[in-house]
Amino acid sequence: MCGAVAGGLSIEGLDMSKETVIQGQVSRDGQPVGGAYVRLLDGTGEFTAEVPTSATGHFRFFAAPGSWTLRTLAPGAQVDRQVVAHLGQVAEVEVAISA
Amino acid sequence: MSRTDSLVDADWVVAHIDDPKVVLVEVDEDTAAYEINHIRNAVRIDWQSDLQDPVRRDFVSQQQFEALLSAKGISNDDTVIIYGGNNNWFASYAFWYFKLYGHQDVRLLDGGRKKWELDARDLVAEVPTRTATTYKASAQDTSIRAFRDDVLRAIGTQNLVDVRSPDEYAGRLLAPAHLPQEQSQRAGHIPTAASVPWSKAANDDGTFKSDDELKALYEGAGVDLGKDTIAYCRIGERSAHTWFVLHELLGVSNVTNYDGSWTEYGALVGVPVQLGDIAGTPEGGAA
Repeated sequence: MCGAVAGGLSIEGLDMSKETVIQGQVSRDGQPVGGAYVRLLDGTGEFTAEVPTSATGHFRFFAAPGSWTLRTLAPGAQVDRQVVAHLGQVAEVEVAISA
Repeated sequence: MSRTDSLVDADWVVAHIDDPKVVLVEVDEDTAAYEINHIRNAVRIDWQSDLQDPVRRDFVSQQQFEALLSAKGISNDDTVIIYGGNNNWFASYAFWYFKLYGHQDVRLLDGGRKKWELDARDLVAEVPTRTATTYKASAQDTSIRAFRDDVLRAIGTQNLVDVRSPDEYAGRLLAPAHLPQEQSQRAGHIPTAASVPWSKAANDDGTFKSDDELKALYEGAGVDLGKDTIAYCRIGERSAHTWFVLHELLGVSNVTNYDGSWTEYGALVGVPVQLGDIAGTPEGGAA
């Protein structure tokens, strides 16, 4: 998409002393993918939350500290990425899908 | 109730999309999704502005529900097919709400908007025009709705099923992880409630699991379906998904949805709360 800004979403307005943020961007061949589904699974693989990506391919979760799996679903594609989140920090995850 | 009475697949929708007695209704947590696109001929119901009283915390009245459905062009004898995002969370909530006000033939599109999109099916921006009707709703069927006093009586005696994520159940999170966590009420769960996350009833694509898998899920969690069951979550929409599974797919009759859910219970003064991953005793307590 034209005009998509590379890099993470702004954390302006968030009280980061209380939040544990996992966010990122889904892309295919270097282009952002909007309308993909990103599922947040906890350390046991149990579903915790799901969001569709924005038009610029971005997604964000407010999680708890610990190990998580991000499962991204798009037509014809599924990608899992592991991430460790810490209180007061933003964990940035870039998800590249193919096909 | 059975799966065929309450659930349709995408091929069924495609085959009936131009049937004037079939009304597709999109209900999303993200109420703006419909404006971008939706399944052709679908109308929108906003779970917040259309289904919540604007002043006090309650549902719209029987008369307001009649006015809403009349304006949407829905008749009492129409087959209403509801679908939405978030694995049909809010669509399930609307399904339960239509049943609360006595609509006869309402069904969910299995997988909702997500499966439709993942299957790369068509979505359009054009908003359909439906002629207004004179809809007649029934009084609320409170045999499917639980209130806080019902919940307090059920602690330690009947089934309470907490369908939130394990971290919300234990009190490590106050809301689903795609929402900010700034709520002020207490964290935890209703003592003696079993943890059966709604998501265990659904596949990754949002479709419901098979009846055998669903039966095994609740039996495995120690839920005796011979007892009365109250499902709850944070605001009653994920628990409507579980209510749908138990009441509509598995045909369990004595199941209610506690729509006050954790945002009410976790703000009550003097009620027991249990923290941690255990169901706990009726008195509740720390993990």
